[in-house]
Amino acid sequence: MTLFAFVIGVIYLAAATLFVVGLHLMRLPSTARRGNLISAGGMVIAVAATIVFSLINSGGSWIGWLALVLGAAGGAAFGIIRARTVKMTDIPQLVSIFNAVGGGAAAAVAFADFVLHTSGARLDLTSSIPIVLDVVIGSVTFSGSLIAAGKLQGIISGSPITFPGARIVNVVAIGVALAAGVFAIVIGDNILFLVVVLVASLLFGVLMVLPIGGADAPVIVSLLNAFTGLAVAMAGFAINNQALIIAGALVGAAGTILTLQMAKAMNRSVLAIVLGGFGTGDSTSSAPADAQDLADVHELTADDVAVQLAYAQHVMIVPGYGLAAAQAQHEVAELAKLLMAHGIDVKYAIHPVAGRMPGQMNVLLAEANVPYEQMLQLDAANVAFDNCDVALVVGANDVYNPDARKPGNPVSGMPILDVDHAKSVVILKRSMRPGYSGISNPLFTDPKTGMFFADAKKGLADITAAVKEYVPA
Amino acid sequence: MEALYSNLAIFVLSLLVGVEVIGKIPSTLHTPMMSGSNAIHGVVIAGAVATASVANSPLGYVLTFIAAALAAANVFGGYVVTDRMLQMFTRHAPAPAVTAPAAPVAANSKDPS
Repeated sequence: MTLFAFVIGVIYLAAATLFVVGLHLMRLPSTARRGNLISAGGMVIAVAATIVFSLINSGGSWIGWLALVLGAAGGAAFGIIRARTVKMTDIPQLVSIFNAVGGGAAAAVAFADFVLHTSGARLDLTSSIPIVLDVVIGSVTFSGSLIAAGKLQGIISGSPITFPGARIVNVVAIGVALAAGVFAIVIGDNILFLVVVLVASLLFGVLMVLPIGGADAPVIVSLLNAFTGLAVAMAGFAINNQALIIAGALVGAAGTILTLQMAKAMNRSVLAIVLGGFGTGDSTSSAPADAQDLADVHELTADDVAVQLAYAQHVMIVPGYGLAAAQAQHEVAELAKLLMAHGIDVKYAIHPVAGRMPGQMNVLLAEANVPYEQMLQLDAANVAFDNCDVALVVGANDVYNPDARKPGNPVSGMPILDVDHAKSVVILKRSMRPGYSGISNPLFTDPKTGMFFADAKKGLADITAAVKEYVPA
Repeated sequence: MEALYSNLAIFVLSLLVGVEVIGKIPSTLHTPMMSGSNAIHGVVIAGAVATASVANSPLGYVLTFIAAALAAANVFGGYVVTDRMLQMFTRHAPAPAVTAPAAPVAANSKDPS
């Protein structure tokens, strides 16, 4: 190792330290922003060191550098514009798109390294194995993430898409990818096999995500985030770059942990989600049962809800996906502000998987200027429900289903919000349709529950208007 | 082989560090955290730089261009959107005027800020 390479290596270590410190600071809302900036600082020095090293060590042709600059400028413009204009409700899709491009970039880096070696010396196994793994993981991530983003955006149907023999095609695709990968490794200088690996892996990525229900898409986004990390780490092995290995491994671990936590909070196994388990498409089949339920439903108007809220002392708001879908975060914050101005204590109870991404509700409420202290996580919220006069559920279905405490149903064992401990419950949703678990919630027909059927945004605005009648402004 | 061994060691230890650091993050911050770690895998742009410096064929240039475009979108977009989200978490005044329900400690505790 030359002194120069050593210095570059030390800079990579410094960058890696900044990544870890940055991620560590992200555990508190007050330091999270600084953490992200520190991580960005690590990125700047890692990239700068690589540029200096590459310029001095290998030089290269001006065409290569021009391709780099043009590509980077275009990509940066796209990324920055999307990042600055995206609606907060669309964050899960954007994260998925960034997974796609990250995985694609890693696959392209590995592919380029392979191409470089087809003309001259044969690749040895320590390079060719990571290259093939990178192309497989990177391509699966690329096509799979694009499909997941399409499902989250609603461009591709959120319901599971399957066709006869899909599993067989899946197995064939991954089999072809692996077989071609083995040939690419053994023969070492034939680009054709790597192209087959690329195409088969892209196909597998599409087929892997298509059968997954829209509600499970966030778990897949998180899983693909982990995949991207691994693809980047493999690219690091292929071109012997430690910055890529460290950062890729960090992200791989992060994505894996998050995926497991989410799956646990949804009471599903990751394997069941990937294979397409229960709840995928059940929500329509159980609709007929709703007709009988409707007889027991106590229906409310905006006025009724307003009276309940205006005369309560402690109100707990339970936001769910319906709130995000209707983009009603500002309306809910306005209602809460009005109630608090009237001396009513208002808090938000946030389930770990409420919304389409863990923590998405917190981001949306933060956007609507709700102070972080008012957002209670599962355990704190469940303590507070015992003392709560009115629990106002907005567009949520499964995260408070009391049946989770009983065995033998799809939500059994899932950690839930104890909404049923509140003195009275108001549920604002559009219809009696069950959530993605496909089962009805007994709380809908409970005597202490009132249902207010409306779109979250309109319903909350109506309630706010009605509360103003009872509360002197 | 020596290089492979040290790279493998780095890889495994980084995985363990990642598990340790991420396990401590509350679910409140999971979305920004996922987005932030998403930005970190944009480091693959360093791989695109290394690719550019050795590319010597038309296919190599095309792959460099693709890698650079995808990686730049990842790294720039990732950091910008994460910052946009986190800025919402930090811009608020420390505590709301309304006190917490049934929390006698709140009365005698001083505002740390």
